[in-house]
Amino acid sequence: MIMFDWRWSFVWEILPRLAKATGNTVLAALLGYGIAMVLGLIFALAQRTPFPYLNRMIRESVEFIRSTPLVLQIFFVFYVGPQFGIMLSPWTAGMIAIGLHYASYLSEVYRAGIDSVPRGQWEAATALSLSTIRTYSRIIIPQAVPTAFAGMGNYLVGIFKDTPMLSVIGVAELMHTANAIGSEHYRFLEPYTLVGLIFLVISLPTAAGLRRAEAKIRKRMGLRPL
Amino acid sequence: MKTSLKDYPLQLKDDQVPMVRFQNVTKRYGDLLVLDSLNLDVQEGEMVTIIGPSGSGKTTVLRMLMALEQINSGVIYVDGEPMTHMVRNGSLTWSDSKYLRRQRLNIGMCFQHFNLFPHMTALENCIEAPIQVLGLSKIDAVKRAEDLLDMVGMLEKAHEHPSRLSGGQQQRVAIARSLAMRPKVMLFDEVTSALDPEVIGEVTQVIRKLVEKHHLTMLMVTHQMGFAREISDRVCFFYDGKIEEQGTPDQLFGDPQSERTQQFLSAVLEAN
Amino acid sequence: MTYLEFLKIYGPQFVGGSITTAMQALLAAALAIMIAIAAGLMRLSKNRLVYGTATVYIEVFRGTSLLVQLYWIFFVLPLFGLSLEKFTAGYIAVGMNLGAYGAELVRGGILSVPRGQWEAATALSMSPAKRMIRIIFPQAFLNMLPPWGNLLIELLKGTALVALISVADLMFVARKINGSTYLSAQAFGSALIIYYIMSRTLVTPFMRWLELVMNRKLGKV
Repeated sequence: MIMFDWRWSFVWEILPRLAKATGNTVLAALLGYGIAMVLGLIFALAQRTPFPYLNRMIRESVEFIRSTPLVLQIFFVFYVGPQFGIMLSPWTAGMIAIGLHYASYLSEVYRAGIDSVPRGQWEAATALSLSTIRTYSRIIIPQAVPTAFAGMGNYLVGIFKDTPMLSVIGVAELMHTANAIGSEHYRFLEPYTLVGLIFLVISLPTAAGLRRAEAKIRKRMGLRPL
Repeated sequence: MKTSLKDYPLQLKDDQVPMVRFQNVTKRYGDLLVLDSLNLDVQEGEMVTIIGPSGSGKTTVLRMLMALEQINSGVIYVDGEPMTHMVRNGSLTWSDSKYLRRQRLNIGMCFQHFNLFPHMTALENCIEAPIQVLGLSKIDAVKRAEDLLDMVGMLEKAHEHPSRLSGGQQQRVAIARSLAMRPKVMLFDEVTSALDPEVIGEVTQVIRKLVEKHHLTMLMVTHQMGFAREISDRVCFFYDGKIEEQGTPDQLFGDPQSERTQQFLSAVLEAN
Repeated sequence: MTYLEFLKIYGPQFVGGSITTAMQALLAAALAIMIAIAAGLMRLSKNRLVYGTATVYIEVFRGTSLLVQLYWIFFVLPLFGLSLEKFTAGYIAVGMNLGAYGAELVRGGILSVPRGQWEAATALSMSPAKRMIRIIFPQAFLNMLPPWGNLLIELLKGTALVALISVADLMFVARKINGSTYLSAQAFGSALIIYYIMSRTLVTPFMRWLELVMNRKLGKV
């Protein structure tokens, strides 16, 4: 027998608190993604230096971050700091960890995007005596964008869904708040279900919107639709 | 003028039942009319070649006969039995998939791009359907397959995968694979169009053997005019979803009546 | 204490945790593969109900986070009468989550098999079931392997979350040791290294070996 005992009164009671926490979640996701976008570019470009040894080292480090659990990395950053005297707030530690983690994903996406630009483009830029910076910014990266866009979109939705891991070090996002509500009131049904629904309500339209944006970009650049 | 299904016989029972009959067959792709109320008979043991410009519907004829897609109207009969339709409660209705699968056993088809199963050797390709569909024992299936591979000259390569075979070799294996099912009708859909010129002969040689020694009923779509002229009993020139003209090879190639036929043939001769 | 001394004392605990992680990963992977094949095939069906059910499942499990799903399965499901032990809840949540992603890989793999293969099998009068099992799926399998490799690494990483419902896996052990020794770098660092070793020296080579076997089957080697 299903003991379905959904209490709407409880839902209205906790909704404001969850709404505020949602704001924190979105903030964490966007902030983390912003860090990841910049760091990821640095990681990607750092693998293309003229020094093979450095390239290899960066690559292995990036692989290491990509192949190990984010939640463990969050703990690592949060606790290792104090071990060596640096005190990090949960937010700071969380942003560093999630930023690094997604930077390693994005560096792969950037790399694939840059690799997808035909060799001839580089050669043409060299023949026209364009500087490295101009080559990247005006020729290569604009052509890398459509390929990279899909991957970047996926990870934007992904980082949003990974924010609950920040709850384990006390960041007051959705999961943490739901846990708190649950232990305070001894009721987990409504908080957890609502958290799930809130994620769905945000991630599904975002994913759909990103797909549409990707189609538009491809069209704008005169590429064939996927 | 719309004929209802009641106007079609449930079974063909004349003295000379054609092996294949297209009766008023129409096929549309969206707004595009590809087959326009086609009527075509193929007698047992007859070798019919279909030629025509692209978009004329010639490949569609074969695909409809193999029921790879559904026709819009009309009925196709194979060996006297309806194929696109089945008899239920004394009248014709669209065939269900089980009935179609049984009827397909009468027909074999070879494709332009061979479509051999890449994860199986040549021999395995030829025994797969006899074992899985006809229920032959492995020993019987292998014996049959080896005989057929020998006939097409591929027995040596029986244990090679398609990726190791040339186009001509793959196509010959594909022919053996179809013959292993002992069909009554064989369809050849531009089987030499994807081959390098120097190996086309291997394949046409096999088809020639089939015509001369085994008298299978065959329908062939091809661009090889010389070959078509040599071995066909009848040639049909398709245009705009209809048979523009048909006759013996000498009649059609030697003395084409219709202007469109003449234009097509002279364009093809130009290209060669 | 030096790192070597640390390893001597706590090594056995790490090993125990790693074994639990490995078990979680294998069970979750088995579940994920079964779900992925089922849901992937359902997404290819022309039947609206079949297609719709699979789509709903996939969108829900891909649209919410694994941690939320894990907590929901362990804490909320009992209210509906289904009480799961934490070990079971762990790999079921991970398996169901990654199975949803896997379903799209299965579907993509099957769709990538050339149309001519479907037609040749149909021309030989093969039934849809035989056609899928003997002809289409074996070819789809090889196409699917590279992305599945990445998915399995994600699965391994996902199992770390079961520590949060107190399953005694590698991450749980790392937290425990951190809690009692405050040697965070050593505790968490060792765990990170072990996860890394597992994905790079076990999962990746295994997938490459599988690819080799399949390529051999296709006569490409």
